[in-house]
Parts: sequence; C-alpha cells; structure tokens
Amino acid sequence: MRLHGGVLFGPFTVAYQTYGTLNAERSNAILVCHALTGDQYVAEAHPITGKPGWWSRLVGPGKVVDTDRYFVICCNVLGGCMGTTGPKDLDPATGEPWGLSFPVITIADMVRTQKLVVDHLGIESLFCVLGGSMGGMQVLQWAVSFPDAVFAAVPIATAARHSAQNIAFHEVGRQAIMADPNWHGGAYQSQGTAPARGLAVARMAAHITYLSERTLQTKFGRNLQNRGSVTYGFDADFEVESYLRHQGESFVDRFDANSYLYITRAMDYFDLAAEHDGVLANAFRATKTRFCVISFTSDWLFPTSESRSVVRALNAVAANASFVEIESDKGHDAFLLDEPEFFATLRGFLDGCARHRGLKNS
Amino acid sequence: MSETELDLETGLLETGLLSDLRPDLRLIADMVPAGARVLDIGCGDGALLAYLAKTKGVDGRGMELSQTGVNSCVRHGLSVIQGDADHDLADYPSDGFDYVVLSQTLQATYNPLLVIETLVRIGRHAIVSFPNFGHWRIRWHLLTQGRMPVTPLLSQSWYDTPNIHFCTIKDFVALCGERGVTIQRCLSLDRFGRPYRFDPKGHLANLIAEQGLFLLSRER
Repeated sequence: MRLHGGVLFGPFTVAYQTYGTLNAERSNAILVCHALTGDQYVAEAHPITGKPGWWSRLVGPGKVVDTDRYFVICCNVLGGCMGTTGPKDLDPATGEPWGLSFPVITIADMVRTQKLVVDHLGIESLFCVLGGSMGGMQVLQWAVSFPDAVFAAVPIATAARHSAQNIAFHEVGRQAIMADPNWHGGAYQSQGTAPARGLAVARMAAHITYLSERTLQTKFGRNLQNRGSVTYGFDADFEVESYLRHQGESFVDRFDANSYLYITRAMDYFDLAAEHDGVLANAFRATKTRFCVISFTSDWLFPTSESRSVVRALNAVAANASFVEIESDKGHDAFLLDEPEFFATLRGFLDGCARHRGLKNS
Repeated sequence: MSETELDLETGLLETGLLSDLRPDLRLIADMVPAGARVLDIGCGDGALLAYLAKTKGVDGRGMELSQTGVNSCVRHGLSVIQGDADHDLADYPSDGFDYVVLSQTLQATYNPLLVIETLVRIGRHAIVSFPNFGHWRIRWHLLTQGRMPVTPLLSQSWYDTPNIHFCTIKDFVALCGERGVTIQRCLSLDRFGRPYRFDPKGHLANLIAEQGLFLLSRER
C-alpha cells in the first residue's frame, strides 16, 4: 500500500474483532473506529488489563449499537500496538523492531487499511461508521474517501482538522517520551527498556485534556490523598495528583511509546479541507451519506465549534445531516461514559437509518 | 405499500408525533408534493417533518433553535440540526431544496428581510406563515387600552416575547412586491390555523385573519 506520505508499505497485519452476525444482504455492518489509545476490544474484556471493552456501555447485545441486530467490526489502527502492524513490530528488511524507521502514517492511511478489512469481509457498503475523537476523524475520512461505502456516519466529539492547541498538547506528550533516557531514540526494545516515565507523563498531561475543570473540581477538589495535612514536599499530597499518577502508570502496561508518537502525529496531520482547496464543503460534495454529528458542551479538546464547522460544510452541500450537542459536564471523555441523552439520540438516529436502509428489527 | 414504508410508518407512529398535526402545519403539508426535498426551519418537535415522511415519503431536514427539540427530533429518526434562521442559513447552496418552510418564526428573526430572501434562494419555493399584526383584535386592544396587545395567539407580554419583528399581512405582501418575491399562493387563517375564504391580499383579510400563510418563490 502506498502511504499518504509517499512510502510504499507492506506487507502488514490488521487486527480486528467482530461482534454479531453479518446478514445475508451484508447490509448491517457497523464499523467502530477507536480513539488515540483505544483498540479493537470495543465490547469485550481487554486481554492485558482485564477491564471491560472501552465502549461496552454502548456496544453489545440489546445495547444502542445492538450486536443482536448489527454486525460490529473494530480494527486496531495502523501504527497501533494491539496486533495491527506498528513501530514495535519487526521490520522484515532488518529483522529489528521498526522503532522510528516506521513510516509516518495518517488518518487516511488508517482508513484505507480498514477498507481492506471491510473488503475482505465481503462488505460493499457499511451501514454505519461510528467513532469518537480520533475515531471521529476516521469516520469523517471514511465518508470522504469512500462515500459510496458509508450509508451513515456518526462523528462524535471530533474535528475536521486538528487544532493548534491540540497539536501543542500532543507535542508536550511526545517531548515527554523523547526526554526519557530510556527512549534511546526510539530503539528502546533492543536495549531491553521502555520510556515508561515519559509515556506516563504524556498520558497524565493528555488525561487532563479529556476531563473538564468541573469534573476535576467535583471529583477531587483539593482533597488530600490519605493524609490529614499537606507534607510540604513533592509527594502526591492531593488526590488529583495520585489519580493522574495512577492513570500514567497503568497506561504504560498496555501502550507502546513509539505507537503513541506515531498516532498522535497522525492526528496532528489531519486536515480534511487541505486536500480540497481548503474548503471543507468540497470534501463532502455529492455525498449521500446520512450524518449525525455529536458534541458535548464541556468538551474543550474538541469543542462544539469544531463540530459546527463540519455541520456547516455538510449544509453547504445540502447533505443529510443531524447535529446534536449533548449537555454534559464530563469533558471530552463524555463520549465514553454513560450519557443517557447521547445514547438515546444515537439509538434514534441508528433506528431511523435502519428504516431507510430497510434493515429488519432484531 | 412496501415493507420499508411500513417500517417507516411504525417507527414514526411510535414517536407520537403524528397524533395531532396543527391545522396550519397540515395546510403547509398540503402544499408539498410527494418526494420533495424539504427544509423545515424552526421545526420544533419535528411534527411536520414526521408527517411529511409518513404521508409523502419526504426525506426532510430540519433546523431548530432549542437543543431539546433537536435532540428529540434526532431521537425520533429525523435529520435535524441546531441552528436558527438568522445565523445558519447562509451556508446552504442555492436551490438546495424544493421547499423551505418557516412557520410562525419570521416575526422572531433579527433580519426578516434577509431571511425571506435567503428562503427563496435556498428553496425553489418557500412556505412562510406568521401572525397578522393587523388583526382587528390587536388594533382594538391597542386603540382602547393603549398597551401592547396580548391575544390568544400572541400571548406573551412585550418584555418577554421572542417576537421582535411583527408585520401585518399587508406589510408582508408589500415587501414581497418590493423585493421581487413572487407570491404563488396565499391563505388567510384564523387563530387555529383554519383558512378563511376571502382574498388574503384584500383589506378584509388584513383585518380579520389572525395568520397569513404564503407560498413564495423568487422572480426568475
């Protein structure tokens, strides 16, 4: 496969999970796209952490994305570290881990690898492509790259281009990884180490951006961690510090540092309008896909204004678009949490699309 | 009727949106031919769109200011975005729709003239309904009491009404004439949205009708 960056890449592996049954018409497939640190274990226990699937609140038998009715596919993204080829795998040319010699990939590259999987499964047209955050970027890219293969698209808490602020946050995370002496210019595997401190700090910084000021305040306030008073030192005196340290430490067990570099870079490079003369509407010209754009009020990483510019572009081509902003104080993470209004809206949208698609009730 | 249509009907009936369509919305629906591309601005709970989908196979779009209304529409399988007539119509392409509907909303817009011109730009036809400020009850109220009229149709006080640009039917007809907007059809209605027989452009309508309903297009 010729990558967006020009490099000819392959062979490679794409790891994916499926749930439910593909119907005889092959018309009930939903592709779920995962976010930056997600993976294909959308609705089942994670093989490393043992935690429930990252979207198991939403996807499963009888749930909003009902696996009794729909055939759900989720692929680990290109550059990932849960089975799809990424920088921690061996470069067949050298027999060594790719490390930083892995080519830089883009959201469009991720989507093209997913298309190969969808083709492999014999599905000509997906009923729906669904995803939040970086997953939402993939949803938009799908609708633009393969409009005829996407009946409905649900980009959630996302943007058609990565903002300067978000690139800045990513750069902080990458610099934290690269500043870790155990990173070894990306060749840490051959040194038998891993930049765990750097990756943990990257995760801590990023995690703040997934929450809202209000969540942090109500969840932690200035509460102290297992102590009656501050210690006048740099131990984790505050609950919020302890929480972030835990988030950082547990992340390194399941995520590869170089993957983090590559995938954040892919998000930074995402700009759907750029390849359409800078006019986002041009990307969606003649689209027949039914869109449901969803944002959350307290999301400051991918604020509603970003979703609105997608909606404006869709309106400019008179596309079939719905747009809802969900009232939530849970920040960007809201899309992963139990938000009844979000679930009800998505269920209604999917049901409506299923009727237009002629899908039978389960 | 095919199975899909049956499913569609069942789905929409479940929502309860079809039980009682307001009479004025019913008149609007009657102006829309089957299969037309429709944009309903200020679509509220989506009653008109649901009705058009059920009875005329219209795959319509809606725009609604209240987020609760939008979310409820989308929950019911309708394609609706959050937005308002003043700010969110500019992006739509010319002739993107066959019919653009603005029901009982014109008087609440900041720039009604621009809104009317935009309606006939993005729609090959526009259907506009509004309360008639020339109605005798309003005139009488102002004449006898000297205070801003409060009527069954316009029930809010001056300080908390969203209605900031009232006009009479006569005003509206005159504006259309001045701005090259063709009136293809018009109806004068009572407060319940039932049509009167007399000519909506005449003096009697301006005195007796409580609402005007106009089918417009731009001069081509």
